[in-house]
Amino acid sequence: MNGMRLAATAGRVLRQLSHDPRSIALMLVAPSLLVGLFAWLFSDNDGVFDRFGGPILALFPFVVMFLITSITTLRERRSGTLERLMTTPLGKADFILGYALAFGLMATLQAVVTVTFAVWVCGLEVAGEVWQLGLVAVVDALLGTALGLLASAFARTEFQAVQFMPVLVFPQIILGGLFMPRDQMPDVLHAISDWLPLSYAIDAVAAVAAGDDGWDLYRPLLIVVAFAVGSLVLASLTLRRRTP
Amino acid sequence: MMNNSVAVRVRGLRVRRGRTEVFDGLDVDIAAGAITGLLGPSGCGKTTLMRSIVGVQKVAGGTVTVLGHAAGSAALRRRVAYDTQAASVYADLTVRQNLRYFSRLIGAPASDIDRVLDAVGLRDQAGQIVGSLSGGQGSRVSLAVAMLGTPDLIVLDEPTVGLDPLLRAELWEVFRGVADTGATLLVSSHVMDEALRCDRLLLMRAGRLVADTTPAALLEETGAPDPDAAFLALIQREEAA
Repeated sequence: MNGMRLAATAGRVLRQLSHDPRSIALMLVAPSLLVGLFAWLFSDNDGVFDRFGGPILALFPFVVMFLITSITTLRERRSGTLERLMTTPLGKADFILGYALAFGLMATLQAVVTVTFAVWVCGLEVAGEVWQLGLVAVVDALLGTALGLLASAFARTEFQAVQFMPVLVFPQIILGGLFMPRDQMPDVLHAISDWLPLSYAIDAVAAVAAGDDGWDLYRPLLIVVAFAVGSLVLASLTLRRRTP
Repeated sequence: MMNNSVAVRVRGLRVRRGRTEVFDGLDVDIAAGAITGLLGPSGCGKTTLMRSIVGVQKVAGGTVTVLGHAAGSAALRRRVAYDTQAASVYADLTVRQNLRYFSRLIGAPASDIDRVLDAVGLRDQAGQIVGSLSGGQGSRVSLAVAMLGTPDLIVLDEPTVGLDPLLRAELWEVFRGVADTGATLLVSSHVMDEALRCDRLLLMRAGRLVADTTPAALLEETGAPDPDAAFLALIQREEAA
């Protein structure tokens, strides 16, 4: 690993983004619009937004970052620039972490904007601290980035990459505890949900919403971080200098 | 001078892509400090050979030794530059931003950027987004990246495809200038008239080396008036044998 080449790569990815203001605007604003829509939908039902608003806040940045990251890195694989990079001293981990750093930064901005909007505009109320909600949103967006990087390794085309969304993301949403508390699920599904990172992301949000602090909050959060780190390690291991 | 030093030595190279065998035991030497033209019809294995030399091709067997090291080894990543067939630069960055990124990766001095911009004649377009340039300008950006940091071996896959004759002539002068500094160039092309600008020629067909010669020897030996006819004559001779 080399800090300078990693930083150069992260800077290059951000510079590419800076030439695409529409994408930046979508990235920062889209989750807020969805949260706003959700809040409006339940504006006449007291307490519903407070119950689902948190998990939604964890979900949207995750999904958006997953899509953006998997498409962008796939574009790099397909355009020939990755092949060229693999002939330079750039390490595989530098490449993956450069992307993770750049998109992680965007994810953080996105989470701050979305949480701010949800709390101060939509009136989301949580028993815990607002910054904890932001922290969970950032970690979830990072998880989306890491999984997106990993998923792009297994996609040959943009079309396939988009198809990974329903395969990798939707089951996690369905089994994550948003629609039904996980301990009420059929045993097999409960067991599966124990292995899905998004379940812990939703647990962490629930902890903030309920005002639980300490281990109740940081245990699921650390599990999400572990999944993200594991995905990044796997992503750099599956990156190949030599291709068929 | 060229005969006694070899920059790239390929022995018994076997490459399979899908079910087709691209190479089944290919032997090639590439002379150091010279421009070697790699010619042949499209699909004959030019790109696969170049990918094997820069170390991004998965090979099934054989050895590829580049500047004394196994192809693709870490020691070579600053000394070997590769320009892929499609302009492998970032279309959503400016010309200068592209060059700055790649120069930071290989640790080339910042002054290199202006040097390569001048070499490919893109100084005036330095601030433009690559995607807004013409196709020919885009491939020149990609070529400029390959020239950063004065590498010892530059592998260029069809660098002049789609360029007008004037620009092609200019670029070949750039290649000559780079070779004069002692670098080795391997340039592929399917335009036979570019063969005359090389020091050495490798003619390939269907994954096999048809000839390893010089432009003058090729014309003399076949008695053909131009490289196109010479290539045809070689193939006919081989099929008759």
